[in-house]
Amino acid sequence: MSSPPPAQPSRFARAWESAGMLLVLAVLFLICSLFVDNFLTVTNLRGLALAVATIGMVACTMMFCLAAGDFDLSVGSVVAFAGVLGATVMNTTGSVAAGFAAALASGALIGFVNGVFVARLGINALITTLASMQIVRGLGFIVSDGRAVGIRTDRFFEFGNSAWLGIPVPVWLTAGCFTIFGVLLNQTIFGRNALAIGGNKEAAHLAGVPVTRVKVIIFTLQGLVAAFAGLVLAARMTSGQPNTSQGLELEVISACVLGGVSLSGGVARIGAVIAGVLIMGLVQNAMNLLNIPPFYQYVARGCILLGAVMLDRLKQRS
Amino acid sequence: MSAPDSALGFDRLTMEFPGVRALDAVSFGVRAGCVHALMGENGAGKSTLLKILSGAYRPTGGTVRLAGQATAFASTAGALAAGVAVIYQELHLVPGMTVAENLLLGRYPRRGLLLDRATLRAEATRLLQLVGEDISPDTRLGHLPLAQRQMVEIAKALGRGARIVAFDEPTSSLSAKETRRLFGIIRDLRARGTAILYVTHRMDEVYEICDAATVLRDGRHVVTHEALAGVPRDALVKSMVGRELTNIYHYRPRPHAPDGLEVRGLAGPGLRAPASFHAARGEIVGFFGLVGAGRTELMRLLCGAVRPTAGEVRIHGAVVRGGSPRSAIRAGLVFCPEDRKKEGIIPILSVAENINLSARRTRLRAGGWLDHGWERDNAAAQIARLGIRTASAATPIGLLSGGNQQKAILARWLSERVRVVVLDEPTRGIDIGAKGEIYALIHDLAAAGASIVIVSSELPEVLGISDRVFVMREGLVAAELSRAAATPEAVLHAALPAGSAN
Repeated sequence: MSSPPPAQPSRFARAWESAGMLLVLAVLFLICSLFVDNFLTVTNLRGLALAVATIGMVACTMMFCLAAGDFDLSVGSVVAFAGVLGATVMNTTGSVAAGFAAALASGALIGFVNGVFVARLGINALITTLASMQIVRGLGFIVSDGRAVGIRTDRFFEFGNSAWLGIPVPVWLTAGCFTIFGVLLNQTIFGRNALAIGGNKEAAHLAGVPVTRVKVIIFTLQGLVAAFAGLVLAARMTSGQPNTSQGLELEVISACVLGGVSLSGGVARIGAVIAGVLIMGLVQNAMNLLNIPPFYQYVARGCILLGAVMLDRLKQRS
Repeated sequence: MSAPDSALGFDRLTMEFPGVRALDAVSFGVRAGCVHALMGENGAGKSTLLKILSGAYRPTGGTVRLAGQATAFASTAGALAAGVAVIYQELHLVPGMTVAENLLLGRYPRRGLLLDRATLRAEATRLLQLVGEDISPDTRLGHLPLAQRQMVEIAKALGRGARIVAFDEPTSSLSAKETRRLFGIIRDLRARGTAILYVTHRMDEVYEICDAATVLRDGRHVVTHEALAGVPRDALVKSMVGRELTNIYHYRPRPHAPDGLEVRGLAGPGLRAPASFHAARGEIVGFFGLVGAGRTELMRLLCGAVRPTAGEVRIHGAVVRGGSPRSAIRAGLVFCPEDRKKEGIIPILSVAENINLSARRTRLRAGGWLDHGWERDNAAAQIARLGIRTASAATPIGLLSGGNQQKAILARWLSERVRVVVLDEPTRGIDIGAKGEIYALIHDLAAAGASIVIVSSELPEVLGISDRVFVMREGLVAAELSRAAATPEAVLHAALPAGSAN
């Protein structure tokens, strides 16, 4: 047999591939536990988990978007719009279900329209979602007349502010999203098709992957999940806020990149994305506890993102 | 050992990747004013050697000598500065820029802070004349056909005053006429004392243009013939594959059954007239034509990659509806595209992923769940069946050699219920050993009752493998010839544009 002997990627590279970001997370957690006062308390950790709930949910679908070689900048606007719309509908009809239905349906519709523009009409995802980001933000202001919409249905607040087994409901919901989308990525043909499209769209198309359909579904799911996150956020704040979640899209994409998702598509791992989300939340939380002024926090977050990407680059070279 | 008078010498050159020794103490020399063929199967180490020569890789052992001096290039720029140019199959040009801008990329003439456009154009025109190309230097590169881009790439190398030029399969995308012109350029270079390393799989070219030849196999040096003229062809082939090759096309008559593929009046972009043809079950039909004859365009219409404007395709009597690759695959028509890297493989995904990509459509359990066990078994079975040389099923397919990538793409379709297999240049850039394996596979598919449509620019290949041959010319199907009638003269006669003398 003249074939070359088996070439395996080095054990370090493979271990880093599967658990690198989890390791970074563990180290950061240890450092914070040891050196940051009040970090390792039940109250603080609960707060930390709550703080990453919105980013966590949206990151699930953003991971799919990135895996397929696209991204969605409109998610922050959809979160705000869904909260405002849900609040308004609940106040008018008195029905929580109607508010949910309206918000989720509009979120899915926005995602669907994004998807059709990107996948069907072939317009660049940056341009498409930059436009829808502004349109949807505007719609949120129009629906609410620029003011926070206070919600009068108490039953809705439980959804955001109650707990089960000592863990807040939004955290459970985020964990549910991670589970569902993790299974979707690793166990279904849909997940594999998303990665194939991101890896080489033309080859996937010729191999019989329904490229347009998969992309439209991904964007629709993205809109749906962002709207759901918006409802959860509104329940926690007991109002729909048209100003909320500005810049969320960049935080979500940062978390995904921290989690090793390739911006050029084709690579995504749910475990690493969860780690990425938690690292972002943990650093933020620690900086708050250390009373670092918000202005400096921006600088720190940007540096962490650059550092993570550089680490990834070095890993690829080794 | 490399001779001391060599313009370019390799001294026990070794390149180790984790777990693989791509080059193992390879030594030979290339004389100035000599065209030296570098031959070997895929995975023999030719590409690795070229990458070292171009400065892209640093060898883990041994040295490269330029005119006797040991040299280590720190980068590709370093190699260029030392007068070494490597011209790859995949061209390193910027499609959005003009020909002139490409030719002088990285060393633009300047006047103060500004680009000196007049000098740029003058210098570009001079370089184009060197390769005998009559192109305006202001043409956007992306508007040129592939063959002319290749000439631009060559002109670019000449412009850098390269004393050593390495060509990696330069004729794979050139027509016969362009090949002749390229050979003219190579002879000019030789006459001016340039040392030329010429990598190819085409035997005819080796004997036509090369003075010396070195054969590599599995990363080792097998033989160097300083005077190629007296070496018989069989001996050269044998030293490449390490075994005798008897009838690499594996042609044998097969029974045909009616009702295979029936194409009626298919029309669309790139075709000058609607195309009609058929291929029975178990039949292999070849499509030959010069570059630009419309073969690839016809195949892309056939497989749904481009939506036809008219006509119908029937498979086993049933009309294929939908006009997308997906609907074609559902009807049992599968396609191996010409450009493997761009349209065939998904480079960052594993070999297993690439093999299972299409298969899983028909294997899906309720709700579209993956069947991990089946996928693992299928990938392992196909890798073993086709002899795909890969470290493991989890290796990214982009790291495999071209022949093994092609086998993996074929494997993609073997687990399908295939009725028609369309292959566009299935052996382009693939060595002779892997070619034989692919031909055998094509015959197996046909013997199992599939209709095979194979497009090729290599006349011996078309004639060797096909039961019938269709010839395309200037966007239409110009002739249909039986295997008996398909002599090289008859096929070429039909392929050449009307009014051309030869």
